[in-house]
Amino acid sequence: MPSMALLLSQAFSGFAFGCLLALMSSGLTIIFGTLGFVNFAHGAMFMMGAYVAYVVLASTHSYLLALLAGAVVLAVVAVVLERGLLRFFYTRPPEDQLLVTFGLSVMLIEAMRYIFGSDSQQVSPPSWGDGIVNFGGLFYYPLYRVEVIGVTAAFLLALYLLLYHTSLGLMVRAGIEDRRMVSLLGIDVRKMFLLVFVIGAVAAGVAGVIFAPLSAVIPDMGTPFLIQAFVVVVIGGLGSFGGAIVGGLVVGELLSLTTAFDPAYAQASIYLVMTLVLVLRPRGLFGAVGRI
Amino acid sequence: MDRTVKGPESHIVTRRGILKTGMGVGAAGLLVPLTTPHVWAKTYPTMGTFPEGVQGKSVFAAGLFPLTGAYASLGNDEKKGFELAIEHLNNGSQVTEAVPSLKKGGGVLGKKVEYGIADSQTHSNPAVQAASRFIDTNKAMVMTGAISSAIAVALEELGQRKKVLYFGDVTASNDTTGKDCQRFGFRLMPDNYMFCQALAPVLAKQLGHNLKAAYLVPDYTFGTSLYSSLTQAFAKYGWTSVSEQLAPIGTTDFTSYLLDIANSGAQVMFNETVGADEVTSSKQAVQFGIMQKMKFVIPLASPFIEKPLGPEVLGGMYITLPWYWGMQDKFPLAKYFNEAFHKKFNYVPRYCAAQCYNSMIVWADAVERAGTFYPPEVIKALESGYKVDTIAGQVWFRAEDHQGVSPVPVLQGKTKSEIHGDADNYKIIEIVSGEEMMEPLKDNGCHMPDVAAA
Repeated sequence: MPSMALLLSQAFSGFAFGCLLALMSSGLTIIFGTLGFVNFAHGAMFMMGAYVAYVVLASTHSYLLALLAGAVVLAVVAVVLERGLLRFFYTRPPEDQLLVTFGLSVMLIEAMRYIFGSDSQQVSPPSWGDGIVNFGGLFYYPLYRVEVIGVTAAFLLALYLLLYHTSLGLMVRAGIEDRRMVSLLGIDVRKMFLLVFVIGAVAAGVAGVIFAPLSAVIPDMGTPFLIQAFVVVVIGGLGSFGGAIVGGLVVGELLSLTTAFDPAYAQASIYLVMTLVLVLRPRGLFGAVGRI
Repeated sequence: MDRTVKGPESHIVTRRGILKTGMGVGAAGLLVPLTTPHVWAKTYPTMGTFPEGVQGKSVFAAGLFPLTGAYASLGNDEKKGFELAIEHLNNGSQVTEAVPSLKKGGGVLGKKVEYGIADSQTHSNPAVQAASRFIDTNKAMVMTGAISSAIAVALEELGQRKKVLYFGDVTASNDTTGKDCQRFGFRLMPDNYMFCQALAPVLAKQLGHNLKAAYLVPDYTFGTSLYSSLTQAFAKYGWTSVSEQLAPIGTTDFTSYLLDIANSGAQVMFNETVGADEVTSSKQAVQFGIMQKMKFVIPLASPFIEKPLGPEVLGGMYITLPWYWGMQDKFPLAKYFNEAFHKKFNYVPRYCAAQCYNSMIVWADAVERAGTFYPPEVIKALESGYKVDTIAGQVWFRAEDHQGVSPVPVLQGKTKSEIHGDADNYKIIEIVSGEEMMEPLKDNGCHMPDVAAA
C-alpha cells in the first residue's frame, strides 16, 4: 500500500494533469456538440500551439506573448480551415467529416515536420516557473506545474463565462442542443459554427503552449493527447462543457492514482472506466439524452 | 517447382534448361565442372524471394523506419544511413573499398541495389504490413530498420516465415537475439546486456557501491530487457532496485511515475525511455528536482536529445551508445563515413544512421562471399565468424544467436564549456571490446530455429 504522502501527491498530480486535459477536451467537445463532427485535427492544433510557444519563447522569452500568439495563430488557422475546407463538409456523411479532419491532422503534422524536422525542440518553463514547491513537507511539486493549474483554470473560467454568460454563448449552447431550431430562429448558424471552431482551436492551441515546457516538442506530440481527450469526452458526455472538465479530472486522477499502485495498469484504467461509462451510461456523465 | 539456379545469378534457368545446355556443350560437358567450378558448382532451389528477386539487373532492399511517432527523429537518421549505404554499394566509396569483397563496386554480385522505404510509425503492425508488401511485390532480398525492438522482433519473425533476411540495425532488447532469435534475423548492434556490462563498472566507480536505484522503463521488450540487464550488471556492485515504473511508448505525462520514484528512497534514477519520451521524461524529472535528490542516469542515450536537454542534464553523465561519430579517431572508416554523410545530409551522423549503414555493408559482404543471394548460403557466410572492417571497427556475428560482436563505447556528457561545435556532446571514456561483454549463450534463451522453420 502506497504511503499517504504518495497518494496525496499523486492525487494532486492527477488534478494538475486533469486541468490540462479538461482544457484540451473542452475544445473538442464544443466543436463536436455544435458542428456535429469529431475534430481529429484537434491533436495537431494542440501540437501547433506547442510549436508557436517554441518559436515565440526562443525569440522573445515572453510566456504571456507565447500564450497570446498561440491563441491568435490557432484562431487564424481555424478561420482558414473552417472557411476554406470544413464548411463544405457540414452536410456530408459522418465518414467524410471524419476523413477530412483526419487528413487535415496528417497534413498539419507533416507540415510542421517539413518546417521543423522530427527532432524535439527545446522549450523551457518561464523563469517564474523555475523551482519546486514544498507542500507542507508531504510532497514536492514543480512550481511551473502548480502555475499551470492556475493558467488552465483561468482559461476554463474565461471559456465558461463566454459560454454561459454571454448571448453569444447562449447561441452556441442552443446550437449544441438543436442546430435546426437555432437556424429557424434566424440566427446565422454559419457564423456560429465558425466561432465555435475558432474557440475550440484556441483552447487546443493554448493547451499546447502550456504543455510545451513539460514535453518533447515534436510533430507527433498531439496524437496521444488526442486519444486521451477522446476518452475524456466520452466519459464526460459528448458536447458537454462541464462533462469535459469533470472527465478531464477523472482521467487525470485515474492515470495518476493507478500509477501509485501499479504503473502498468495506468493506461488500461482509463479505458476500463470509459467502457464502464459506455455500458452503464452511454451518453456519458453529463451528456444529454439524444444528443448522440 | 523445378526451378533451379546456378551460382552467380546472371540468369535463371530451369532444370531442363541446364540439361539442354549441358548437352549443347557436348562432349566437353564432362569437363565443365572442373573448368568452371564457380558457375556450375551449385544449384539452389527456390526459397522466399529467391530466385525471383535476383532475376533482373537489380536487387531490392526494404527499409522500415519509424518516420513518424515518438521515435521519428531516430528513424529519420536511420533512413539516411540506409540511403548512403546503398549509394556506396552501387557507386563505391572509401568504406566499400576497405572491404575486400566489395572493392569492385557496382552493387552486390554485379546487381544494382534498389530500395523502398516505408514508415513504420513506431509500431509493429505498419512495419510488418509494409515489409510484406516489399517482399510480395518488390521481391525484396533483404530488410532492415527497427529502432523499436518490438518492431525488430516482428520483422525478424516475418523474415523467418517469408525466408527473407532481416537485419535488426537499431534494436537493443536482449530478446532480439535471445528468446526471439531467428535464423533469418541478424543484429549487429550491441544488446542491452553488453551496454550494461560496459557501463556498470564505470558508473559504480563514479557513484559508489550498494546504492538503491529506481527505474523508468518503457513498457515493451526493450525496456524490460534493459531493466533486467541493468539490475543484473549492477547487482555485482551491491545495487538494488527499489522501483520499476513501466510507462508505455508515447506517454504524455510522466509525472505520476516520477512521483513514485521521488518517493522510493532511491539514490539513483535510471531513465530507460527512448526518443521523444526520453526528452519529455527527462525534462519533467529535472523540473521535479530529481537531479537534486538523486543521481540521474540515462544508460542508453538516444540521438538528438542533446539539444532539447542540453549539457545541464547530460554534462558529466556516463552513458553508452552503440556507436559515436567521435570513434573516427580510432576507426579510420568512421571518418570516411562521417565526411560522406555530412556532405550528403549536412549534419553529423548519429548511431542510427551508422548502424543501418553498417548492417547493409555487412549484408552485402556476406552475399559477395557466399557468391549467391540464396539465403541459406548468405546465412552461412554471416555465421562463419568472418570479421569485416567497418565504421565500427571489426565486426562479426556469433553463429549461435546471430548477435553482432562490435565495440561498445562508454562516454561521458560534456559540460557547456567543453562543447565545441555541432554534435560534440560526449567524450569517449573507453571503447570496450564487444567480445568480452556478450551474454553467455547458456543464459540468453536463444533456440535458433533452422532455415526451414516457419
